[in-house]
Amino acid sequence: MQLDNNLVPDNVRLIYIDDPQRTNEEYEFTGNEITTSKYTVINFLPKNLFIQFHRVAYIYFLVIAALNQLPPLAVFGRTVSLFPLLFVLTVTAIKDGYEDWRRHRSDRNENNKESLVLQSSKFQSKRWKDIRVGEVVKIRVDETIPCDMVLLATSDPSGVAYIQTMNLDGESNLKTRYARQETSLMSFEGGLTSGVIRCEQPNRNIYEFTANMELNAHKVSLSQSNIILRGCQVKNTEWVVGVVVYAGQETKAMLNSAVSPSKRSRLEQAMNKETIWLSVFLFVLCLVVAIGMCLWLMRHQMQIDTLPYYRKSYLIKGKFPGKPYKYYGIPMETFFAFLSSVIVFQIMIPISLYITMELVRLGQSYFMIEDKHMYDSSTNSRFQCRSLNINEDLGQIRYVFSDKTGTLTENKMEFRRATVFGKHYRNSSMVDGSTKDTETAEPTKPAPLPTKGRKLKSDITVDPHLMRLLHKGLDGSEKISAHEFFLTLAACNTVIPIPSQSTHQGSMGTEIHEDLEAIDYQGESPDEEALVAAACAYGYILFERTSGHIAVDVNGEKLRLDVLGLHEFDSVRKRMSVVIRFPNNDVKVLVKGADTSMLSILSEDPENDDLSLVTQRHLNEYSSEGLRTLVLAARDLKGEELEEWQSMYEDASTSLADRSSKLRQTASLVESNLRLLGATGIEDKLQEGVPETIESLRQAGIKVWVLTGDKQETAISIALSCKLLTADMHQIIVNGTSESECKMLLSEAKAKYGVKCGGFRTQSFKLKKGAESDFVEVLAESKLTNLPPEDDGNRELTMGGPLALIIDGNSLVYILERDLESELFDLATSCRVVLCCRVAPLQKAGIVDLIKSRTDDMTLAIGDGANDVSMIQMADVGVGLCGQEGRQAVMASDFAMGQFRFLKRLLLVHGHWNYQRMGYLVLYNFYRNAVFVFMLFWYILCAAFSTTSALTDWSSVFYSVIYTSVPTIVVGIMDKDLSHKTLLQYPKLYEAGHRQEGYNSYLFWIMMADTIWQSLVLFCVPRFAFKESTIDIWSMGSLWTVAVVILVNIHLAMDIQRWVLYTHISIWGSVAMTYACVVVLDSIPVFPNYGTIYELAKQPTYWFSILLIIVVALLPRFTIKAMHRIFRPSDIQIAREAEILRKRRFFYGSRVFWRSTS
Amino acid sequence: MDQKNKNSKKPSYSRFSQQELSAWKPILTPGWVIASFLTIGALFIPVGLVALSASDAVVEIVDRYDEECIPDAYSMDPESFIQNPDIKKTCVRSLRVPKKMVAPIFVYYQLENFYQNHRRFVKSRSDKQLRDPEANNDTYHCFPEARTSDGKPIVPCGLIAWSLFNDTYKLSTRGKPLTINKKGIAWKSDTEVKFGSNVYPKDFQKGGLIGGAKLDEKVPLSEQEDLIVWMRTAALPNFRKLYGKIDTDLEAHETIKAEVENNYNTYKFGGRKKLVLSTTTWIGGKNDFLGVAYITVGGLCLFMAINFILLYVFRPRRLGDPSYLSWNRLPVA
Repeated sequence: MQLDNNLVPDNVRLIYIDDPQRTNEEYEFTGNEITTSKYTVINFLPKNLFIQFHRVAYIYFLVIAALNQLPPLAVFGRTVSLFPLLFVLTVTAIKDGYEDWRRHRSDRNENNKESLVLQSSKFQSKRWKDIRVGEVVKIRVDETIPCDMVLLATSDPSGVAYIQTMNLDGESNLKTRYARQETSLMSFEGGLTSGVIRCEQPNRNIYEFTANMELNAHKVSLSQSNIILRGCQVKNTEWVVGVVVYAGQETKAMLNSAVSPSKRSRLEQAMNKETIWLSVFLFVLCLVVAIGMCLWLMRHQMQIDTLPYYRKSYLIKGKFPGKPYKYYGIPMETFFAFLSSVIVFQIMIPISLYITMELVRLGQSYFMIEDKHMYDSSTNSRFQCRSLNINEDLGQIRYVFSDKTGTLTENKMEFRRATVFGKHYRNSSMVDGSTKDTETAEPTKPAPLPTKGRKLKSDITVDPHLMRLLHKGLDGSEKISAHEFFLTLAACNTVIPIPSQSTHQGSMGTEIHEDLEAIDYQGESPDEEALVAAACAYGYILFERTSGHIAVDVNGEKLRLDVLGLHEFDSVRKRMSVVIRFPNNDVKVLVKGADTSMLSILSEDPENDDLSLVTQRHLNEYSSEGLRTLVLAARDLKGEELEEWQSMYEDASTSLADRSSKLRQTASLVESNLRLLGATGIEDKLQEGVPETIESLRQAGIKVWVLTGDKQETAISIALSCKLLTADMHQIIVNGTSESECKMLLSEAKAKYGVKCGGFRTQSFKLKKGAESDFVEVLAESKLTNLPPEDDGNRELTMGGPLALIIDGNSLVYILERDLESELFDLATSCRVVLCCRVAPLQKAGIVDLIKSRTDDMTLAIGDGANDVSMIQMADVGVGLCGQEGRQAVMASDFAMGQFRFLKRLLLVHGHWNYQRMGYLVLYNFYRNAVFVFMLFWYILCAAFSTTSALTDWSSVFYSVIYTSVPTIVVGIMDKDLSHKTLLQYPKLYEAGHRQEGYNSYLFWIMMADTIWQSLVLFCVPRFAFKESTIDIWSMGSLWTVAVVILVNIHLAMDIQRWVLYTHISIWGSVAMTYACVVVLDSIPVFPNYGTIYELAKQPTYWFSILLIIVVALLPRFTIKAMHRIFRPSDIQIAREAEILRKRRFFYGSRVFWRSTS
Repeated sequence: MDQKNKNSKKPSYSRFSQQELSAWKPILTPGWVIASFLTIGALFIPVGLVALSASDAVVEIVDRYDEECIPDAYSMDPESFIQNPDIKKTCVRSLRVPKKMVAPIFVYYQLENFYQNHRRFVKSRSDKQLRDPEANNDTYHCFPEARTSDGKPIVPCGLIAWSLFNDTYKLSTRGKPLTINKKGIAWKSDTEVKFGSNVYPKDFQKGGLIGGAKLDEKVPLSEQEDLIVWMRTAALPNFRKLYGKIDTDLEAHETIKAEVENNYNTYKFGGRKKLVLSTTTWIGGKNDFLGVAYITVGGLCLFMAINFILLYVFRPRRLGDPSYLSWNRLPVA
């Protein structure tokens, strides 16, 4: 058979039903035991170390520690030098070990669960880990499915099973799966089952499954709807029986458990550049020491043999007379001096900063998650930080790419309008008071349904005209159209009706109708649910659906319709159709789809043309109101045509390869020559606070682009209603159908609005040249450069009014695939708003990439559906909304939240804070380590370049780990320059992030200059205060330890904007802690520094030196800071002053003077 | 309702989690700036003056003798002089007391260009051995002065002990000897804990090259105060070490005769030796640095305070004035 040709033996897995021996004979398939744990007791240590040493930082630690073990380089004691590395390794290992222990535990729980497996012709309990491929498993209601199985039978005679895929994709609605009719009535107990399943090799695609089954020499096809996956739960079905096809690690759930790729924050990238500079500093310092050593040795070459403090050789006596002692010749000594200074200066490269940043981000995430303003009560979801690497990027976003449906809008669909047979009907809830006519005065309660009390949970008010039309009982094309219209609504979908009885007990009080049942619709898309609900309201109640038939209650009359075939919705056809057989053997095709794809396949008789014109007019009206439209059509299928379709459909749906394209062909056979029934308009409500959010983002200098799959008119209307587009905007519409047309449209628009043609290179050059100047280039740039940057409108234009670019997916195909990209980029970046309609998921990513690859600006993508995943992963920051369309977007995102409007708070408040905190944290950490290293460096110059450290080994190690680490973390998490009220009120403050005010190379170099000054003060003050005195090296070291710790803490204290209790504790606690450590270290008699601090603290000179160091070191910084405040106050500073003074004034009862500036 | 609350993921409100803890939010107002400068100025100048006067009150006699104590015959080759054990090394210096010196007067030796802070030197010691008689063999860090040629451990081992300073001073005035009290020159913590009272020198300075002073093998290390002082290695290459104390006052213009036993070899590395007699005040020895620095910084701060006052008068900026915001300011410019 042809089918077999498609099954290349390598790519097929053969499963003999209920015959695991034979199944596993040739090739042992993976068992069902899962291990998500990484380690075992034996391999934990080596494997964990191996994994840990994948980080560069640890390698650096290791190399330094290893260098220190070499005798000529032993700068620190052996244990001391290993301390930092061991500390980090141990902490990480404990963390990893604990996590792995938990994984082991959950694995064990999972593996020891039990299911009923057909063993010696009886269903007997078996542990999950022992289940093998080929075995037949029975699962009862509410049980979890142990492995991927092909359904063979269910408790439902028609073979339907309902499963919940919550664990897999987070969608809580029920999905239907079908057992093939051929197997659904089989009895398994008795051992008579036999059959072979051929299926594809395990893969991670949870939405596709291709296989066939051979039963008694009869082949049947299997698809996605016949398989149930591990982790899902069986619902509403008493039991299901299936045969295991993939087990254990090969199940789709396990294959999908990979994490999304991690992102690096922009700040961290910039920081890495500065880290290279620090390495240069480190290199230079080490070089100076090495050269100094070399010169010193050359100068003292004749003496070093006997120099009391050098003593090259063992002289005459001893075991090794005349042999040099730790001396390897000048070149080697120079080299060793270099290496040992690397050891001493190692913390110049702030390795601890990476750990600090991780901790700080963790703390920041805590505050973002806990923010009650970002809690969405409707979905009961908190803000989620799924990625811990990019908190600070939120403060620098320049572009927001937003999905429309479910993101700007609620994605709660409501059926609003219908046009049936050219007549327009509206739901009466839409009729406002003034237009109410006499008819609407009639009771608009849910129509008196003559059904046996079936009732939909949500009430939809119906249009009485339409209702009357349906009940008129007249024959005639209008009535038939209306009938078929609602039949299509009820039948042409994949919605599952779920009866639920319990809901009415309360509301009905004493009057309980036993046969009253409510129907809950579970659909894969909210549009469908809305349509079915609408049909229900008009008396077409879908109440049963199996794979073979559907049952609709038409005004009390039960109608059983056989479903001969179902062509599901796909993005190429943009429509779906069902072929149904009526009880009287009539066969009809019912189709619904997007207008563009439907209008072309209507039959071409004149009546239909008129109808189609009227309907189109209605459609345009609906679109302009922001409604989503669908066109419905039908046709009869008779005789030959039916047979042709049937055979083709059979063939296509059992085919293993290319099934979808074959099905598409089959669909095109019947989806033609259709009779137009009408169209629907569904309202997609805007989410709360969307216009305000967009306005704030715009004020903050963030460009909002909307990328939607909807059609142009809908997109524009939504954009208008959320104030993205305003009436004064010039709309440039690019709607080309060929490459040349697109090119022409683009260049025309550019010429008309005077957008200068800037190549990519010049632009990026410009960007680097001036952070302040916008990248937009406009012809009249020279005249307009003095304009404030926020006045985008004026800058962008030569002729009044801001620009808006509206472009559709078709044109994007031509533009993105050809070299028109740069043209689009030029045009798009000079527009205030860009609206892309009808875009495919990959195009969304393409547009994000367009901006990302051509500018240095940060991009953020926000969306809620599976179609936004690629865009979310592409953007610098991906935000997922926990919406109606499942959780794929959330799974792929870096941050997830419940509502679009939280974006404002996320960016303007938390983004701003995170960025300011992190920027300062990085600079401060650079400073903190560098000032210490420089201090050591100056001293080494005074110690014959011999890399002596006056500080005790332990103090050197503790400096960055214990003495100074806590305050930076606390400040990095808790400091706050402005209150959230101010930040939300003045979105322009966000531009500080765009201007990179928190961290830039200018600040870095200023900071380095300050560092060198401070380190010189640190070194010189004791150097001169104790000149020609009896001070010993440990006293000096002790003085320096304390002085540097106090200095860096006061330095930090000077920059703290918000002192809370924790800040006080951490700062002053650190100083106290340092003293405590110094006292402890000086109380251990085996250390040469024993007793130092006790003697030292008695000397007033010691205390006066410390005071002098701190004042002199910080004097320039303080002065410059004060000057800066007079001459160049930053926006943040002014806002802060205003905020605090206002509060004080308010406190003292005087007038508020801060007026709105916008 | 309870059930609902339990399932709700709504963050529980606390001032901590909402980042609304009451806080002190300082801003750098002109008042703060001026007040800080004035405070520092007002604080530092008096302290500086006091420190300076304290340093001024110290009377100090410094006499460099390493060059003068070489006989002319050896002036070209001082090393052969110093290394020859047969030549008498005594050398007489006379010191003039400039001002009355009140007891206690401290006698120091000052070495210059001697890198006691060199890493090879600093590390060459065994603190365990100094403290614990059982740990005689702990000489790992002491090379090359760890063991004698027959493998016995040297106590105290290491380069530091080996190079112990061995010049001696005898002072007299008007023919009467001035007693130099050598007790109590080391830190108490060192004599009591760090250097063992039951650890005795062994095989010390017995090798071919003598680095410096020898130690009396009958005196425990805890009482060898010269060694203890020496082993507190100096932080800087020019340093003083306490030699002893004189407990009698010295009158102004008195002449002191100092008999110096010039034994210590600093000639091979160009080091200098000085004998120092000094009184102390609370600030320690004679050192004007702190006083001068405090006065300078204090003066500078007062100067800055005046400047800032002028700046704020002539270039005032109302705090929180929105017209300075970047988006309000640029069009004007």
